[in-house]
Amino acid sequence: MENREHSPFSVAEADLTALRDRLSRRADQDGLLELAYRVVETPIGRLMVIGGERGVVRVAFEREGFPAVLATVAEKVSPRLLHAPWKLDAVAREFDEYFSGRRRAFQTPVDFVLSSGFRLSVQRELPAVDYGQTITYRELAERLENPRAVRAVGTACATNPLPVIVPCHRVVRTDGALGGYLGGLEAKTTLLELEQDAA
Amino acid sequence: MTMREPFEQAVQRHGGTVLKVCRAILGPGPDADDAWQETFLAALRAWPDLDPVTPLEPWLVRVAGRKAIDVIRARNRRAVPLGELPERIPGAGSAAPEAVGHAVELWTAVAALPERQRLAVAYHYLGGLPHAETAAVIGGSPESVRRASADGIKALRGIWAEDTGDGRAATPSVRVGTGAS
Repeated sequence: MENREHSPFSVAEADLTALRDRLSRRADQDGLLELAYRVVETPIGRLMVIGGERGVVRVAFEREGFPAVLATVAEKVSPRLLHAPWKLDAVAREFDEYFSGRRRAFQTPVDFVLSSGFRLSVQRELPAVDYGQTITYRELAERLENPRAVRAVGTACATNPLPVIVPCHRVVRTDGALGGYLGGLEAKTTLLELEQDAA
Repeated sequence: MTMREPFEQAVQRHGGTVLKVCRAILGPGPDADDAWQETFLAALRAWPDLDPVTPLEPWLVRVAGRKAIDVIRARNRRAVPLGELPERIPGAGSAAPEAVGHAVELWTAVAALPERQRLAVAYHYLGGLPHAETAAVIGGSPESVRRASADGIKALRGIWAEDTGDGRAATPSVRVGTGAS
């Protein structure tokens, strides 16, 4: 291997960026772009969105480690995964609208391919909790006709692959405490306050 | 079950080397860009089934070499009369800074080397394939690959020396590690 640092055979980063962008578009035309990702800036930090043919499969907080999340999704869904922000323009717009208080529910299709079993049924129920409202883990368990599964409901919320879009932040503890959040308690507070103010 | 990292990581990690190989064979410009695209599309097609223990960069370098040669064949079929070839490489830009001009000049000079030297430089010097592997691709003995690569690099030294004013990169860097056979 040449010594890249001092080699005069350089290629400009801008050239590579342009090539990568064109590659993602050609891959899409050829039906080879199975998953696309982009990063969106929000008041609760940078979020990474990964989407496929049937919808968004994953929303990740930066504290989870974006490379680790990409590796997991590549392994569990498809390794044909490329940075293709243009493919996720619609969902990025919905995030902007949501965080500026102009959107109460996400319309972008979601794909729960990363969930299964009881967790999946909990996560599917979450969008029924209205914007600006909260529900307790216990109430959610009761709503699913499984009142003793409070802990399992907690786990389902904690492993929600689609935070913010699927509003697990609206689930709080019976004693009034916030409960946990994958994105951190500060993020959960910010989301709940945003919805209070805009509601 | 085979397991592969996200394809994006492969593109980020190896995109630069693949572009160097394409440019060395084709010169900087749209042809090299096309060969780069075809290389990564082929890799993306194969990606889920590619054996994870296959060393990726040498694999990509070999594909890139084939795609670049495909472009040359297509180019020959089009048989563009020499007089109609553009004088300057597109993108070498009117107001391009000095350094960019030199980089383009260097790539153009590589692509103007005699074919065997050019391929040896592309596969071995820039692509990192060992002498023996390069010989398996372009023919001849490992020793003749070593010579062709060294002769090619020597021929480029003139441009090299002009490449930087401070002389830091004025001497060809010594290859280290996996690239040496």
